Amino acid sequence: MYKNETKVAQIGNRSETQTGTVNPPVYFSTAYRHEGIGQSTGFDYIRTGNPTRKLVEAAIADLEGGDQGFACSSGMAAITTILALFESGDEWIVSRDLYGGTYRILEQGFKKWGLSSTYVQTHDVNIIEQAITEKTKAIFIETPTNPLMEETDIQAVAELAKKYNILLIVDNTFYTPLLQRPIELGADIVIHSATKYLGGHNDVLAGLIVGKGKEVCEQLGFHHNSIGAVLSPFDSWLLIRGMKTLALRMKQHEKNARELASFLKNHENVVDVLYPGRGGMLSFRIKKEEWVNSFLQNLNLITFAESLGGVESFITYPATQTHADIPEEIRFSIGVCNRLLRFSVGIEDVEDLIKDIDQALTRLSSEA
Amino acid sequence: MTKEHNFSFETKLLHNEHKFDPTNGAVSVPIQHASTFHQHSVDEFGKYDYGRSANPTREAFETVIANLEEGTNGYAFSSGMAAISTAFLLLSQGDHVVITEDVYGGTYRMVTEVLSRFGIEHTFVDMTDLTAVKQAIRPNTKVFYVETPSNPLLKVTDIRAISDIAKSVGALTFVDNTFLTPALQKPLLLGADVVLHSATKFLSGHSDVVAGAIVVNDPDLAKQIGFLQNSFGAVLGVQDAWLVLRGMKTLSVRMDFSMKSTLKIAHFLQNHPSVKKVYYPGLTDHPQYEIQKEQSEGAGAVLSFELESEEAVKQFVELTEIPVFAVSLGAVESILSYPAKMSHAAMPIEQRLKRGISQSLLRLSVGLEHPDDIIKDFTAALETIAAKSQGEKVR
Repeated sequence: MYKNETKVAQIGNRSETQTGTVNPPVYFSTAYRHEGIGQSTGFDYIRTGNPTRKLVEAAIADLEGGDQGFACSSGMAAITTILALFESGDEWIVSRDLYGGTYRILEQGFKKWGLSSTYVQTHDVNIIEQAITEKTKAIFIETPTNPLMEETDIQAVAELAKKYNILLIVDNTFYTPLLQRPIELGADIVIHSATKYLGGHNDVLAGLIVGKGKEVCEQLGFHHNSIGAVLSPFDSWLLIRGMKTLALRMKQHEKNARELASFLKNHENVVDVLYPGRGGMLSFRIKKEEWVNSFLQNLNLITFAESLGGVESFITYPATQTHADIPEEIRFSIGVCNRLLRFSVGIEDVEDLIKDIDQALTRLSSEA
Repeated sequence: MTKEHNFSFETKLLHNEHKFDPTNGAVSVPIQHASTFHQHSVDEFGKYDYGRSANPTREAFETVIANLEEGTNGYAFSSGMAAISTAFLLLSQGDHVVITEDVYGGTYRMVTEVLSRFGIEHTFVDMTDLTAVKQAIRPNTKVFYVETPSNPLLKVTDIRAISDIAKSVGALTFVDNTFLTPALQKPLLLGADVVLHSATKFLSGHSDVVAGAIVVNDPDLAKQIGFLQNSFGAVLGVQDAWLVLRGMKTLSVRMDFSMKSTLKIAHFLQNHPSVKKVYYPGLTDHPQYEIQKEQSEGAGAVLSFELESEEAVKQFVELTEIPVFAVSLGAVESILSYPAKMSHAAMPIEQRLKRGISQSLLRLSVGLEHPDDIIKDFTAALETIAAKSQGEKVR
């Protein structure tokens, strides 16, 4: 059994014996020839199975310690594919602090079909337990949460979920299996926006699902094929290419994030720094709301853009970007205020990042 | 290129607003891999902010397909089923769908096994029978779902008549236009509201990309589909969007050639003693030949035919040398499929037989090989089968 650092570097190697290729080929073929009726090579139609996609699916299942992986056309497509496991009348319990896109598909999408969601603070197991009803069929948690970086005790929630026979789904986008393996802690399904750290280069949109257990995997496989929100062969290959450096990148992201967190904590124009001590994501509140736009425009190196987890540093403004679909009163009540900025710390030299932030923040006091 | 051109379809495939890149003149649309885009101000975001919401390469395909279907807005998806699934997300719990009975197996599966769990009801009808269609209407009917020609029996539905019925009850008409493409049929002009495509098939045409599309011509529907595309996120990858665009440049020439070959092969099969029945709407004795002629500019390049027995089908598949025996259709290579075990395997056998999708039915998607080569190949296979069965009878 190899360590995850070894596994990621080796994805796709030894996958083919005829040429011995180290880097797996991209199979574009949509259809596969059958020698005769009932004689399949295991591949029939690209939506159902593709050799390139299969490699990334097997890799993520292995990294997460699950039984089977499924690659989707985006992180949201992964979540919607999971939602198809449920039916009218079912209920979900969901992290209150949540990516706006997930909130949107639950509230404006699946609600229409009779699936309702209760939003709670998932870091306290008692709060979750109180929210469970007879109709609760799944608990969906982000940990750490986006953008407030609250961690949840996955093992404790998993025990609760087992007690009530509820599925536990964990969005592991922020930490990746290198820092956190929810299935080993008792979760049934792990999802990823692989656009983020797994892909890591801001050049591919992708989602991944990992299931544990025969029944869950069979159902996921059925819906993955039926709905058809699958990842393309080329994007599967790009994702594999990105994942090969995941271990190196995560180390650098984390190292830089730690230094930036302590720098921001000591800056006079910053009020709060939210950093759980692991990973490359942190959030912070600057002193005055009217400073936000100038601050973002003052940045020379760091990019103001939506998304995260890439080699380049990004700062995002949740209020108008990632969390724009969450009604303002709900957003404010959970602490996603208009002074909050989310920082995806890249792998640049940390001194350069600090210098850029420092000059952008310091200019604010002189402007005001 | 902002000027309004009145180019014909064949020209529009090549000369559209993406014929060259505005910054450097490149005549092939660049592939924009960026998943996100730098923003200059908190108050005003650029047109592109995140790859799932909008991407310039995907947008090029979306505007081209919208233009070709004579709609206002196009949306690209990671597969035909992703397009169909997204379109069905327009519905709510308690709604009802009237759907063509010999629909593609994947759509059948979606409607019967997924939508039904979310409280969306359905009735399968023979869409060629307008009385049956009207009888299937319920107070909560919201969508009429049409495939024409249907898969695999090539039944032709009168799109205008169905759209009229749908409008009279305030419902939408969805048309899967995969088999004919806008090169031959433009459902929006016949009154349909939503056009669906498995762009994996004729649009891209090279068996090398899986993709789907939706086209609409109503601003409100456009807004809803745009919202769902972004929310659900089953979008087409950028490399794939480029591959579809590349394939579409030859759509007309491919379709023309394949269609001529199909008619020739259909006549050949019709006159062959070992073939029980041929299904192709380009044949004058097809029951909906007149409707097909009226609403489209051709019958397309897919036909189905029935042999004497399941055993004959089995041998035919093994004996023919040219067509690929595989699922899918609409490619440069001719593809022979066995609906019972391939495209319609998701349909229970009794449902399949009820619809006339027998165990001895084969579907042929005609490619770009010379039709005489295919006819020669088929003749030899059918002769061998006949000789074998003759031999068995003698014994």
